[in-house]
Amino acid sequence: MNTKIRRIKKSGFSKTFIIIFAVILNIILSLLMGYWSYSWLPIQASEAAHYVDNLFAFETTIGTFIFLGCTGTMAWILVFNRAPKYDESNGEPLEGNLKLEIIWTLVPLLLVLGISTYSTSVNYKLENLGSKIKYDYGAEVPFVEEKKVFDYGPIDVISRQWNWEFVYPNGIHSSELHLPVDKKSNFRLITEDVIHSFYVPAFRLKQDIIPGSVITYSLTPTKEGVFRLRDAMFSGAYFSENQTNVIVESEEIFYKWIKETVKKELQNGLNPAGSLYQKRLKNGNRGWATVKPAPDPKVNDAGIKSRPHDS
Amino acid sequence: MKSAMTIVNYDPRLVQSKNPYPKGPNDWKRFFSFNTDAKVIGIQYIVTALFFLLIGGLLAMLIRGELITPPSDLFDPTVYNGLYTMHGTIMLFLFLFPILSGLTNLLVPPMIGAPDMAFPKLNALAFWLVPVFSIILLLSFFVPGGPASSGWWSYPPISIQNPLGKMINGEMLWIIAISLSGISSIIGAVNFVTTIIRMRAPGMGFFKMPIFIWTVLAAQLLQLLGLPALTGGAIMLFFDLTFGTSFFRIEGGGDPVLFQHFFWFYSHPAVYVMVLPVFGIFSELFPVYSRKPLFGYKFVAVASFGITILSLVVWVHHMFYTGTPMWMRNLFMFTTMLIAVPTGVKVFAWIATLWGGNIRLTTPMLFCLGGLFNFIFGGITGVMLATVPVDIHVGNTYFVVAHFHYIIFNTIAFGIFAGIYHWFPKFTGKMFYEGLGKVHFALTFIGATLNWLPLHWAGLLGMPRRVASYDPEFAIWNVLASIGAFILGVASIPFILNMVSSWVRGKSAPPNPWKAIGLEWLLPSPPPHENFEEDIPTVLNEPYCYGLDKPFVEDEQFYVEKSLKKH
Ligand code: HEM
Ligand SMILES: [Cu+2]
Ligand SMILES: [Cu+2]
Repeated sequence: MNTKIRRIKKSGFSKTFIIIFAVILNIILSLLMGYWSYSWLPIQASEAAHYVDNLFAFETTIGTFIFLGCTGTMAWILVFNRAPKYDESNGEPLEGNLKLEIIWTLVPLLLVLGISTYSTSVNYKLENLGSKIKYDYGAEVPFVEEKKVFDYGPIDVISRQWNWEFVYPNGIHSSELHLPVDKKSNFRLITEDVIHSFYVPAFRLKQDIIPGSVITYSLTPTKEGVFRLRDAMFSGAYFSENQTNVIVESEEIFYKWIKETVKKELQNGLNPAGSLYQKRLKNGNRGWATVKPAPDPKVNDAGIKSRPHDS
Repeated sequence: MKSAMTIVNYDPRLVQSKNPYPKGPNDWKRFFSFNTDAKVIGIQYIVTALFFLLIGGLLAMLIRGELITPPSDLFDPTVYNGLYTMHGTIMLFLFLFPILSGLTNLLVPPMIGAPDMAFPKLNALAFWLVPVFSIILLLSFFVPGGPASSGWWSYPPISIQNPLGKMINGEMLWIIAISLSGISSIIGAVNFVTTIIRMRAPGMGFFKMPIFIWTVLAAQLLQLLGLPALTGGAIMLFFDLTFGTSFFRIEGGGDPVLFQHFFWFYSHPAVYVMVLPVFGIFSELFPVYSRKPLFGYKFVAVASFGITILSLVVWVHHMFYTGTPMWMRNLFMFTTMLIAVPTGVKVFAWIATLWGGNIRLTTPMLFCLGGLFNFIFGGITGVMLATVPVDIHVGNTYFVVAHFHYIIFNTIAFGIFAGIYHWFPKFTGKMFYEGLGKVHFALTFIGATLNWLPLHWAGLLGMPRRVASYDPEFAIWNVLASIGAFILGVASIPFILNMVSSWVRGKSAPPNPWKAIGLEWLLPSPPPHENFEEDIPTVLNEPYCYGLDKPFVEDEQFYVEKSLKKH
């Protein structure tokens, strides 16, 4: 007990110094971490991406500060407040400190209110999600007039167990999603069986596709390249194969692709689950039960399965 | 012998409930019978749950074995889906809920000075439902078509597709098992809440209850409020699956998203049902092993109820990308983030409790410190997930898997291990081996960190969860995770060795080996069947008055001597 009191008294000045130093160090490390956090994310390929990444970097910075602040204090305690062997005396009997407790209630409160207010404003700026209209099972997918402005579309995104098909306004069908860069494209998201999710990590966008509803959706790609589109809502046996590519091209190349594809005959499109299922049948249909994969989609552009992707 | 009892909210009829089981405390057969002693039931729960931890862990290692390489090469993808579904279900409903019920059963009556739970027979019934639904669930591995394989969410339409068209199928057994688990939890909750409200020792007002009791009360009230939604949803799902009704089936005009609301209205609070008692364990152990009062006892106590109330109004954060309208997403982002406030109050209070203490790094303290460290991390990723634009990117990816394992394993399971070690001497009467305990901690901490830290990056880069195969760019994170998982598997060896050998031949434990304050530590180790029997102590102050000149109970010396005498 005595030694402890002496330790506390002696360190009055050096304690403030250490605290200031630690806080500055923490701020520097947190800023570095926030800066570094951009590199943990895929290429920024849509308008949404930089908003998301900025928010994430901001939260990483604040989060690092809190994490290092708390765990640094814990580490300090573990180094300097260890009881010697066989010492079973008590520590300083502090029961609480009202001022401190009010501060650490209010500061996090203001912080999360700030973050959610800012995020709300980002949501209103992006407005990817349009309307969600229910329709009767088996009926024609209704045409939904998109009230928001867009430059191109609507492209029908049809998801199935387990393949993707894209139908363009002029009627062409494709296994890959071609999009013009820097144009706001509009989609009608449709599923023919279970819930799927339209997820393009490079765009930082994800939208579930709900059976019995058609959902309109808009996004603006901002970078040319090949990006993976992955089903992100578990959809059964071959869920992990339910992927395709998004090909973002200059407007010129995009319209050239449209013009050329119109002339192509319908052929079998990408359907990786189909060939895996055939293999399974050949091996004696072992494994647990699954529904049969949907037949190959009939498309004008069959796509390239192992096309190298940028992210 | 004892000074005048000031009976507050204490129902004397309950003391007189006789133990219907005749045999002495060393009869091991009672663990296999319909015993109504909460201490026996507690151990039954814990041992059963630990057995299922091994089964769930085995499945986890099969999963990580598949994921150590990008292609789906170890199992057929249908098998992978069944394995991960059963892994999640077993870990939640056969390991976590039962083990927490076990700790709660062991601790609640002694901590509040009650002889037993309010309804001992119901208590035994709640426990015996566990083996029943566990067996139903495990049997589903052997029905044609395999077990349920639509994830622990069991979202329709995928869950009601029933490819073989058979009446009895894995999904059906899954729904039955989950419903029985819900019934067991409701019975348990009624029992815990009644016991805490009606059977506290004289003088133990709400603000003199140990924090563990506060958190159990908060958690069990959540069970009562939330479980009906899940059970209702499960019954409707059962009808859709088995009898072709259309609650969620679009063919008949149903809405699959409705199920998601039922499911998350309960399953979000469910995560707090699991974490609250662990917050309780942290609040009990930090004061003991730093020998200081719990900092801000009242704030910590009330924060539990702040969490309870808020956690009933945040469930839509699991549905930010299902077509939820903008206003709803923004609203639920606000409510979700508010949870960080009472949670933060607790975290800061624990750190302040440690500050300037006399820290003893025993095995239970190491698990507590490790758990707190991991919880701070998991809480921060939780706030990121609550941020709508960020969640739209990382939702349903491995980032979520990493977040909730940081909470569910790296915090909750750590807290449970801490609790098991801390109260092991009390309820078995034997000391465990510190050395083995520390090896267990080291392996667990390294394995868990290696398992789940790297997966955050896989998720940030866009690796969806629940996949059996993945693009090669995610391989590095998955290799690290798999190595971590195998280390965790190894970590179970020192733990089992420690528990079994110390229970069989460990040193006898004194009544209060940690010099802790609390009613349970005034009892012999192990406590007699009816705990304090006729001499219920009168509580004078809140617990945790380490170093303060405030006696915990009236006539403390009497109880200390009595606990030693029995030994
Ligand atoms: C500061 C506190 C926390 C916040 C703000 C938070 C937030 C979130 C959010 C927004 C999600 C949904 C992510 C998604 O699916 O896209 C989530 C998932 C999850 N959280 Fe937390 N969380 C917190 C703490 C906790 C705690 C304490 C637990 C457990 C006791 C927990 C367990 C889970 C689980 C199990 C899931 C995933 C469920 C699933 O998708 O299977 N979280 N969390
Ligand atoms: Cu798991
Ligand atoms: Cu939640």
